[in-house]
Amino acid sequence: MEKRLKIRQIQDKLFTVIVALFSIAIILPLFFIIFYIVRNGAAEINWHFITSLPKPVGETGGISNAIVGTTELIGIAALIAIPLALFTGIYMKEFEKSKLAAVVSSLTDLLQGVPSIVIGIVCYLWIVLPLRSFSALSGSVALAIMMLPMIIKSTYHSLKLVPDSLKEASLALGTPYYRTVMKVIVPAASSGIITGIILSISRVAGETAPLLFTAFGNPFMNLNVTKPVNSLPLLIFNYATSPFSDWQKQAWGASLILIIMVSALNLLSKIMEHKWKTTY
Amino acid sequence: MTQAEISCKDYRLKNLDKQGSSITRKETLFRFFLVTAAITSVSIVMGIFISLLFGSWKSINEFGLNFIWSSAWNPAARQFGALPFIIGTLSTSFLALLISIPFSFASAIYLSLYLKSGWLSGLLKFSVELLAGIPSIIYGFWGLFVLVPIVRSIEIKLGFIPYGVGVATASIILAIMIIPFASSMASEVIKLVPQDLKEAGFAMGATRFEVIKNIILPYASGGIFSGILLAFGRAFGETMAVTMVIGNSNIIPKNIFSPANSMASVIANEFTEARGDLYLSSLIEIGLLLFIISFIVNAIGNRIMKRMTVKK
Repeated sequence: MEKRLKIRQIQDKLFTVIVALFSIAIILPLFFIIFYIVRNGAAEINWHFITSLPKPVGETGGISNAIVGTTELIGIAALIAIPLALFTGIYMKEFEKSKLAAVVSSLTDLLQGVPSIVIGIVCYLWIVLPLRSFSALSGSVALAIMMLPMIIKSTYHSLKLVPDSLKEASLALGTPYYRTVMKVIVPAASSGIITGIILSISRVAGETAPLLFTAFGNPFMNLNVTKPVNSLPLLIFNYATSPFSDWQKQAWGASLILIIMVSALNLLSKIMEHKWKTTY
Repeated sequence: MTQAEISCKDYRLKNLDKQGSSITRKETLFRFFLVTAAITSVSIVMGIFISLLFGSWKSINEFGLNFIWSSAWNPAARQFGALPFIIGTLSTSFLALLISIPFSFASAIYLSLYLKSGWLSGLLKFSVELLAGIPSIIYGFWGLFVLVPIVRSIEIKLGFIPYGVGVATASIILAIMIIPFASSMASEVIKLVPQDLKEAGFAMGATRFEVIKNIILPYASGGIFSGILLAFGRAFGETMAVTMVIGNSNIIPKNIFSPANSMASVIANEFTEARGDLYLSSLIEIGLLLFIISFIVNAIGNRIMKRMTVKK
């Protein structure tokens, strides 16, 4: 009896140690990734690197066009995705029992699982082929499609947290239905909705696959939405797979900037989640 | 009531009526907006499927089911078979799952059952979140410059041809990338186990290991299966990181150190250079296959997950 108990206790201890070791091991790759990017990237980053255009191999160029391009792509994508996703999310909440809402719900789940490269192909077929040119617009549409399911879901879940009593109170005061939704229910859920939007932006900011044959990349500065545009992830891909050590070094710098951008957005969403969190 | 009063009341009623009708109009408009948005979102997803189907029509017509079974990928001879890429995708995803499952499970168990607070738990949660936030291109870049030389030196020691890039390297990168997702799925599943079941186990004098082995794992088995399925769905569509370290060879990999190509990576590599309708159409058909697999995997995974949640 005593012996059996001892064995069980040792078994339990052993399991605890194994579980702890495996979990702590997760920190290792993260540490190595961050370590390499900060060490190699920090040496590259200076004012010149951020503000000047790429130059031929041998001259020290910068990545300003990629930073502007990423901002442009994300800005247009957000303009397309946010209104559409917001209204779809409201529809899902307000007409929850309708057949269409069920279809929307399962299709957004599906869209979230679609590999990003497939969305790139579709935007190539939809926009690049008719316009006969790679363009910033096609890249933005691809990113917008990727943002849709995330914003729809976060909108729906935030709206669900708003208690019915708020809606009933507003309707009882004689407020029309559309004003109740837009002026009472949506503002009450705004912190969750905005957090979802920021998270979706940070997710697509690092996307490369859907941009490969839509935005395509461009060594020059470009603001025209019907022409190819560069973005940070595309630049990292092109430079990292190039044979020139100059460009590879610049790719480390661009990676560090991309990581800082994405982490800042994630941090912002975290802060908003904590600060603005409203409980009912 | 004087005539003046009556006309005054009339006027007010009329006005009220006007206001009312304008509200009704806005109401209808608002509902119209909502329904339009929902229908647009639905048609985007439908449109994706239909466009892929139309885009790959030429290749479907030409090769039929042979497209999946043939291993000849020779654009010059207009021969297209996707088998090497299907095998490349399946082998990297399965290996990645195999590597990441112990880590993600351990961290989920550790965080939800052992270490509920404290600095180490905070650090672990923070690390998992950071890992989830790193863009896939950066994993690929890091893999190419840090992991590939390491794998190459291992290959030299083991006596394989030292490519460095290949199925093994891609699987390791993929495993690191899906750990956060798999780990959050696992904690989701563990949360579904009712507290009183666990407490009953402890009250019987079971150790933590026994509670996990005999109560939590059996109860959550359905959820674990769907979690693994969804993590697989994450892994097989991953493009950039895999493209950069898999070696881009269009033949069936002989062993885990051989260079290969996955379905997503062949599209990424060859799409912009594809000359000829049949070539492009074959690449689009690979995209269609990716879409269909992701549809099946996510549908089954989500259904099981939902059923688990309702059961609770």
